[in-house]
Amino acid sequence: MEKKWEDMTPEEKQEARFAKWLSPEGVKFASPEAEKIYKERATRIKDAIQMKKRPDRVPVLLIPSFFPAFYSGLTPRDVMYDYEKANNAWRKFYVDFQPDAHFGCVAPGPGRFFDILDYKLYKWPGHGTAPQHTYQCNEGEYMKADEYDAFLQDPTHFFNTTILPRIFGALEPFKQLPNVTTINEMYGTGIIFFPYGLPDVQAAFKKLLEAGSEAAKWLGYFMAFEKEMPALGFPSGQAGYTKAPYDILGDTLRGTRGIMADMYRRPDKLIEAMDKMTPFWIQKGIIESNMNSNPLIFLPLHKGADGFMSDEQYKKFYWPYLKKILLGLIDDGVVPFLWAEGGSNSRLEVIRDLPKGKTVWLFDTVDMLKAKEILGDVACIAGNMPMDLLTIGTTQQVKDYARRLIDNCGKGGGYMMANCAFFDDVKPENVRTMVEFTKEYGVYK
Amino acid sequence: MTKDLVKTLADLKEQEVIRIVEDRLKAKEDPLKILEDARKGMEIVGKRFASSEYFIPDLVYSGEILKAVTEMVKPKLSKAAESKKLGKIVFGTVAGDIHDIGKDIVVFMLDVNGFEVHDLGVDVPAQKFVEKIKETGAPIVGLSGFLTLAFDSMKQTIDAMKAAGLRDKVKVMIGGGQITEEVRKYTGADAYGKDAMAGVTLAKKWAGVK
Repeated sequence: MEKKWEDMTPEEKQEARFAKWLSPEGVKFASPEAEKIYKERATRIKDAIQMKKRPDRVPVLLIPSFFPAFYSGLTPRDVMYDYEKANNAWRKFYVDFQPDAHFGCVAPGPGRFFDILDYKLYKWPGHGTAPQHTYQCNEGEYMKADEYDAFLQDPTHFFNTTILPRIFGALEPFKQLPNVTTINEMYGTGIIFFPYGLPDVQAAFKKLLEAGSEAAKWLGYFMAFEKEMPALGFPSGQAGYTKAPYDILGDTLRGTRGIMADMYRRPDKLIEAMDKMTPFWIQKGIIESNMNSNPLIFLPLHKGADGFMSDEQYKKFYWPYLKKILLGLIDDGVVPFLWAEGGSNSRLEVIRDLPKGKTVWLFDTVDMLKAKEILGDVACIAGNMPMDLLTIGTTQQVKDYARRLIDNCGKGGGYMMANCAFFDDVKPENVRTMVEFTKEYGVYK
Repeated sequence: MTKDLVKTLADLKEQEVIRIVEDRLKAKEDPLKILEDARKGMEIVGKRFASSEYFIPDLVYSGEILKAVTEMVKPKLSKAAESKKLGKIVFGTVAGDIHDIGKDIVVFMLDVNGFEVHDLGVDVPAQKFVEKIKETGAPIVGLSGFLTLAFDSMKQTIDAMKAAGLRDKVKVMIGGGQITEEVRKYTGADAYGKDAMAGVTLAKKWAGVK
């Protein structure tokens, strides 16, 4: 008899999630060959992550930003606004380069959706940045220093009536929305709802409906791509994403400077707020893993990088809450796939404190030899192919670097070749070399 | 008393700093002296950052404290503070890139190390660098960039200096997330700095400071 989910150990849950991913339900493979390749690739990645068995070779992953657009002669602007063009470009990219997984047609996002709502958090191609350039964040304190209490009291209401009006110009009237947690009995209930009758609130809702339709249209393309890629032999490398609590608050709520000052001025509030966020973001990862029958949940890490805080601050503000998220996911069999942006040399000893074979750490800049030495018996490490080499280096330089990575980190498994950061307009021949060389040199004999 | 403000600011004790400044203003002390102490405190912050005793949050927080001090002292100032500078530097994040945290750190470190930094901000067109170099006569230029698109923008900025006949008159340093020696060669810069202290070391070398 099959065990009930709640009775399974984290280990068993992870196996069950991997099993679903290895034999994806409802996927009609394009050919027996595609099915064979899919299973080989998924098994290779699973083996590298679990570290129980050496994979047949070092897996190779490509996680692009707008590179597929450039490769197809399109601009980032084109693929943010024409979803079919985006799908075609991303498909061509994966089919031409043949990495071991696909990461969705994810970079572009629905340009018109952001236009309709007048999104303030970012500049994007043709809307603040040049059509041929990438999107960039408008740093700011979207949540003010004195708003921690409001956030802590009711984060959802705070988002609805304070954050949404600030980050979406079209939703400014939402400032007036009532807190529906005070609905009770019959008397008074009508009064609570009067803001929905205000002309500007109604106009904002019309915009919201329009934006929702656009998001749904885009998601249709996005999901079609998610279905199509496994059929062509590419397992999905991410079911969704979650984040470290410090980054959630620091990236787009308090801002880099805001949250840094908070560590000195209001450390208790900051910690309370991170605690408050944690269950939401564990749940997000589990739900997305369930929805897409894929154990891998991506976590881009930002503000805990080398230099961005002291060791003590990392141990006090960053790691304990990130660890809660990771253990929350691991307990449910989800595999956190972390991407540590920036430097990580000073963090290796701290992040070692995790169960074996349950996480992936993709590194941007780190001493990979040291990373292997410290994390080698705990977690699969990945990445570190430098951006300068991919962008302006020669194929020989890429080959030499890839060889060093495989020599230093590949031993016994537990390493995946990957770019160190999402890439835009790099040299296609360098990307090709990185993949082909790994497939040749990375075979375990 | 004087020593206290320097040390308290260097130790990032915000409440105490504010109290000391309040007391000294009440005692009708020359506001320029207070600012001079604050500057000395920031110099120590810079030194601690250079020796990895302090990290970016400490710099950011010291900047916040300094801002508070300056706001308190400003209304009492009759003339601007003057101090001797080691040399002029034109600095900015290149066209197409709006990242400023790295740039601000280097500008801060150059400033506390005695340079007169003309910070042009982010997404700075090549021509704006050229104009500022002409206007200030600065012999040192710093180009910052986080995105890979900055490689080309840096190259174009340096090309614009060449076209304006300025290239021989300035030393150019570049820096940012993905900047390496390979990128330096590609852009035609004179040097690249791995971090803020490397930028200060380069500037001092180029300005002939020991």
